[in-house]
Amino acid sequence: MINLHSLYVLAGAVFASFAISSARDATNQKRWGNTAFWGLIAASFWFGDFLGDIGNGVLVLALVAIAGTNLLGKGSRPSTASEEREALSEKLGNKLFLPALIIPFTAFVGTLVFNYTALKGSGLIDPKSVTLVLLGVGMTIALVVCYTWLRPPVMAPVDEGGRLADSIGWALVLPQMLASLGAIFAAAGVGTTIGAFASAIIPHGSIFLAVVLYALGMVVFTMIMGNAFAAFPVMAAAIGVPILIHADGGNPAVIGAVGMLAGFCGTLMTPMAANFNIVPAALLELKNQYGVIRAQVPTALPLLVVNILILYIAGFHL
Amino acid sequence: MNYWPLIGIALVVIGFALRFNPLLVVAAAAIVTGLLGGMDFLKVLGTLGHGFNENRYVTITYIVLPVIGILERYGLQQRARALIGRMRAATTGRILIGYLAFRQLLAAVGLISVAGPAQTVRPLVAPMAEAAAEKQHGKLDEETSELVKAMSAATDNVGVFFGEDIFLAIASILLIQGSLKSFGIELTPFQLSVWAIPTAICAFLIHGARLLMLDRRLGRRAK
Repeated sequence: MINLHSLYVLAGAVFASFAISSARDATNQKRWGNTAFWGLIAASFWFGDFLGDIGNGVLVLALVAIAGTNLLGKGSRPSTASEEREALSEKLGNKLFLPALIIPFTAFVGTLVFNYTALKGSGLIDPKSVTLVLLGVGMTIALVVCYTWLRPPVMAPVDEGGRLADSIGWALVLPQMLASLGAIFAAAGVGTTIGAFASAIIPHGSIFLAVVLYALGMVVFTMIMGNAFAAFPVMAAAIGVPILIHADGGNPAVIGAVGMLAGFCGTLMTPMAANFNIVPAALLELKNQYGVIRAQVPTALPLLVVNILILYIAGFHL
Repeated sequence: MNYWPLIGIALVVIGFALRFNPLLVVAAAAIVTGLLGGMDFLKVLGTLGHGFNENRYVTITYIVLPVIGILERYGLQQRARALIGRMRAATTGRILIGYLAFRQLLAAVGLISVAGPAQTVRPLVAPMAEAAAEKQHGKLDEETSELVKAMSAATDNVGVFFGEDIFLAIASILLIQGSLKSFGIELTPFQLSVWAIPTAICAFLIHGARLLMLDRRLGRRAK
């Protein structure tokens, strides 16, 4: 059965190729730092399950040491120049979109076909990670198409992939690091402590104020933890269930669903949600690493107000 | 109650504000929080390593980089720009509104990782939005070009966040269901996911209105 672990083997190979690309890049003064960084991530994908918890912890510290002591750099290796790309793009035409669309198309159609045909019960792909596995399949097909159609130099995908990876740099592994910070926060009881704070300051008697505090609590805690999933169980236990649902008689479906969505407004406003907010800034080569967050705040705040109103009106008055 | 582990949160906030390397900030916060929470160093290290290993799937999407890189080498971004350059009605706002609707609808049927910053925004959406902005505005100064690119990434996030909960089998709906069940409140995913619809519509209206305002701003500066 193709599952997440098969995909990890593929991912390890891709990151190993980034390491090779970095090692080949003489224009990058810090190339060995990059080589070690991508090499360690490749090792994590390939051997993570055999390293043990302490071994993985040491691997994490090594990654942090490389990034934290500024050993990562970017090369200035020539790819194709932009005039050259202009000419190639004219020559190749709109067909150039096809390989790019193979990846989302394979994931999209593949997921639908898998879920609504007999394939689901066939045990070919692990149902829990269908879309990610199909992303890997799509990537492989697209790579083969690129090789046969464009006939690039053999090492070109390695070097071009490595170039993009180097431009993202440490930000690439930050989301995964934040997820492990979440594990430590949970083990140290941070959530319970914050929940105790929240329920201590809750006013009695005003449903509207309690709703506002519940929504704001979701936002603030989500901003701290970087995702609403960590915040929801804590705020539900502190305010949502005992006060809004039990004491004030609110509609549990609304309190649950819209409370989570209030948390999503917080996700839009925090650097802790690195995969949504920091990595794209690096990928798009923005000067301001908080540029994406700045663009999102004016949507997040009015939407938070809307969520509070939905909580209050639909939760208590419908 | 042991309040000391909260110092870890303060470290994160200060570290990010002072723009230290975020990996360093997160690792320091993790170790401090763990130690103050009563774990010994090896236990902290093990918890950190275990969490890292369990969450490898978060980093999976970057396997698309070699394909995106090779296509960029052959002019994919230039192609995306050229396509938009020929459409007379294309504006930054309209392109991004279209993408917002597309992303919300895909997320609402559970297809989250088919699009994203690496898969679609960098190679296609951002170059298209920039090309349209250049048509409306003339040559973009750095600030405007950053704004258009940042709005492209923002639109991707708003679309996926406020579409995905309409899908019944999404992780967040299952988490809500599971959390409330532990308090003896039984709900079906369907009861929860219908309540994601009003917010999804409002998110489309609010963000869509901002995109139209971006169009007006781009058009105004051109004169």
